[in-house]
Amino acid sequence: MIGAEFLGMIMLIVYVGAVAVLFLFVVMMLNVAQQKNQWFSSAESSKHIPVGLIISTVIFFELLIVIGGWKYKPDLFNIKNLVTDNDVSNTHSLGQVLYTDYIHVFQISGMILLVAMIGAIVLTFRQRIGVKKQSYLKQISRERSEGVQVLNVEFNKGVKIDD
Amino acid sequence: MLNLIKGLRLMINIGLGHYLTLGAIIFTIGIIGIFLNRKNIIVILMSIELILLAVNINLVSFSIYLNDLTGQVFRLFIIVVDAAQAEIGLAIIVVYYRNSGTIRVEEIDKLKG
Repeated sequence: MIGAEFLGMIMLIVYVGAVAVLFLFVVMMLNVAQQKNQWFSSAESSKHIPVGLIISTVIFFELLIVIGGWKYKPDLFNIKNLVTDNDVSNTHSLGQVLYTDYIHVFQISGMILLVAMIGAIVLTFRQRIGVKKQSYLKQISRERSEGVQVLNVEFNKGVKIDD
Repeated sequence: MLNLIKGLRLMINIGLGHYLTLGAIIFTIGIIGIFLNRKNIIVILMSIELILLAVNINLVSFSIYLNDLTGQVFRLFIIVVDAAQAEIGLAIIVVYYRNSGTIRVEEIDKLKG
């Protein structure tokens, strides 16, 4: 937390509370234990490991070069868009910006979350066959003519109910 | 011991370079995770999350050191997209497991043709 305390707290809540728990539940739902971990054991499948190591080291050194590069461009510090005010707290200034200048983006991000939630529910929704459920519409829209039947029952014959 | 820690803290003086190095290290860990573990699709998703986290660390540290709030606002919206992406990805994995009974990466080859 180098002064961005609101984002630090949000990170904790979102990652620990939501994403990590989501991963935990999925690991619980799927049967992962039967998958054997043979990362380094079989020879043919470990061919990609040196390639991956090479690529990742190259990317790491590229990133280090990028980090070194900002020292040679000191006028980067002069570019300012939303200057932070030191008098108000970080959360306060974020809120002041978020609900005024970025209100449309904020609303769109809410829509993204809603669409993601609906998408996840629709994807994992499963209609089970053979489960008896109440259908309110069916119950309410039932008419007298299809519910009650007046029959002329003959003596000693009885009525068949389920015809 | 306490004096030693205090002295170290005074000596190191954490700056922008340290945060960027942390971001680079986390990014590289994510890349290595994708390349090393090609069996388990959940671990691949976690590696993607790590990569996003590294990018976010860069955004926030630049935002603080340039005294510019735009990076933090951007990071807030990235969190939203990130959570949505994790949710949809895991839902797709669950549906795939239900339909085909496996989520091993080398056995997901229905689109291979």
